[in-house]
Parts: sequence; structure tokens; C-alpha cells
Amino acid sequence: MSQEVLQKLQQHLGENVLEVHDHRGDETATIEAKTLHDTCRWLKKTAGLEFDMLVDLTVVDYLEQGRTPRFEVVYHLYSIAQKHRLRLKVGIETDTPEVDTVSDLWRNANWCEREAWDLYGISFRNHPELRRILLYEEFEGHPLRKDYPKAKRQPLVRRPREEFEAVVRGSGIGNKRTLI
Amino acid sequence: MGLEFTTGRLADTVSWARKYSLFQYPFVTACCGMEFMAVWGPRFDIARFGAEFPRFSPRQADLLMVVGTITERQAPILKRIYEQICEPKWVVSFGVCASSGGFYQNYSVTPGIDLVIPVDVYIPGCPPTPEQILDALVMLQKKIQDRDTWSQRNYEIQEWTKKQAEGTLAKR
Ligand code: SF4
Repeated sequence: MSQEVLQKLQQHLGENVLEVHDHRGDETATIEAKTLHDTCRWLKKTAGLEFDMLVDLTVVDYLEQGRTPRFEVVYHLYSIAQKHRLRLKVGIETDTPEVDTVSDLWRNANWCEREAWDLYGISFRNHPELRRILLYEEFEGHPLRKDYPKAKRQPLVRRPREEFEAVVRGSGIGNKRTLI
Repeated sequence: MGLEFTTGRLADTVSWARKYSLFQYPFVTACCGMEFMAVWGPRFDIARFGAEFPRFSPRQADLLMVVGTITERQAPILKRIYEQICEPKWVVSFGVCASSGGFYQNYSVTPGIDLVIPVDVYIPGCPPTPEQILDALVMLQKKIQDRDTWSQRNYEIQEWTKKQAEGTLAKR
């Protein structure tokens, strides 16, 4: 059904559409990152398309597959009025993982983008408040990147070891009931 | 002469009273809470052990039940709740998540709450069955009677050290 959407998108963007596929209704288009914001506005505002809902925004890290660009930001769009879906993908370079925000078009993108920043370190240009949302401010690095060490922990509090040992050493005392 | 004997018996009596009136603060964060609720219900009925009242303020509780996954971000909060409970206090670590991090061996989950606060009884299981919880409660009661929990030991060590410094330690 939304193959029409793909066709319209291709007509509109021309060669800025890098790749499309529509296997059993999962219409997907990979587009140039620089056209992202304009395209999203066009998708939202054009009559007949009306993508008024951003269902989800996620990131994929293709480090182990060795692909360039390494990151891919994925936008799942849905139109409540027209009842059709579209998936948009943009590839992002490793050294400056940066893309335009869409939080001015869909307000829920604000938190989705903060999550993407938190876990993948993708920074969104013109985002109103880009800071961590799930992890704490003291956390260093972005844990869902595939080069983050799997078992690395960054604790906020730990008991001092001595506290442990003092009580263990004195553990006999409590059982000798004559002491106190 | 008699003082030593009296206080010994007194401490036993106090422990006996304490073990049958546990006021728990349920620090419930995840799925283990479902089993925990079952224990409160009429079928398993934790009230039989004198521990039925949940207190939602740490200042009114003496048993901290840590039920569910504790993340690194939550750990300072858990520590703070623990510090707010008045002495003597007891901690039960409920489920593998609280005891060791369980299957969440990653950046976000604390690998065992005993890295943050002292724990008296650990309950394994994901989630533990109600019978295990009752078993743990009975174990805790035994520990309290024996004055063998972290909080009681700590107290006795402090008293002992103080008396030793003063030179008022009873001779044996
Ligand atoms: S131990 Fe299992 S049931 Fe309990 S909180 Fe962890 S995952 Fe959930």
C-alpha cells in the first residue's frame, strides 16, 4: 500500500535516496543525512502522506560488520490519518556522529534522541536539551556502542572493604554471650 | 556478678521479641515483587511469622527487603534508604538480581547489593518461590535470636571496644 509513498519519496528526492526496499510491506528508504530534516518536514506536511507520528527512533552500530558509515539512525513513521508506514534510515560517519534533530516536528523525538545520545553517542544538531536520559551524568562513554567493553561497570557507590572486614573479624563476639 | 547473667538473658529476651515483630520496608523494583505479593496473601501468609506489616517509610521499619534488580543508578538511593532505617536493622536480598546481578551482567546493573549495603540473608531463585521466602524469614529470625546479624554484631563490637577502652569489661 505504501509503495506509493516510496515512489513519491523517490520522485521528490531524486538521487538523495540511496536505497529502497519493500519486502512484505516494510517500506524502507535510506536517504542522505543532509536532506533528513527537510524530508521529514515534507513527509509530515504533504497532503496524502501526513506522517503525523514518530513511532520509534533507534540506532544501529555496524562496527563488527565493518560497514561505512558505521552508524545508522532509523526512524519509524506512521500516519494515523492515512494508516501507512515508512521506515527512514540515514547513515552517519564515525568521527562526527551528528544528524539534524526532528524534535521540532515530532515532540516525542526529544526523548528518543536523548536516548540515542545516551547509549550510542549520536549528537543531534539543534536539539533543545541534549543530555543523558537513562544513565547518570557521571557515566563515561556510550554503552551500546559495540566497542564499549561488555563487563565494564561505572559504579556510583561501593562499600569500603574495611567495613566488611571489621565486622567479619569480630563475628565471634556476638556468639559469646557473656561479653556484654 | 549477677549483672552479666541478667544482661545476657535480657539480650536474649529482647532478640526474641524482635524476631517476632519485623516491620519490613519493601524496596520492590522488578518482577520479583509478584512473588513477594504472594507471600503477603492469605495462602502463604507471612503474618504467621509476625512480619506482615509493610512500612513505606524507612524510619518505621527494621527489615529492608530488597526485591528485584538494583541498577548502578539506584544504588545510592538504596544506600540512603538503608542509612535511614534505625538500628537494629536487617537486610534480605530477594532473588538473584539483588544477590548477584543475576543474568544482567552488563554496564547498568549492580552485581550484588552487598557491594553497597550489608546483607543478612540471601534468597536465590528467579523469582524465588514463596516457600523459599518463608524459609529465609525463619533463617533471619534464627540469626536475630543468635544476635548474629550485621547490625547486632556491629553493635556488640562497638560496645565491647568501648568497654575495653574504659576498662569495664566483665571478667570471664
Ligand atoms: S531475580 Fe528474576 S524475577 Fe527477580 S527481579 Fe531478577 S529477573 Fe526479575
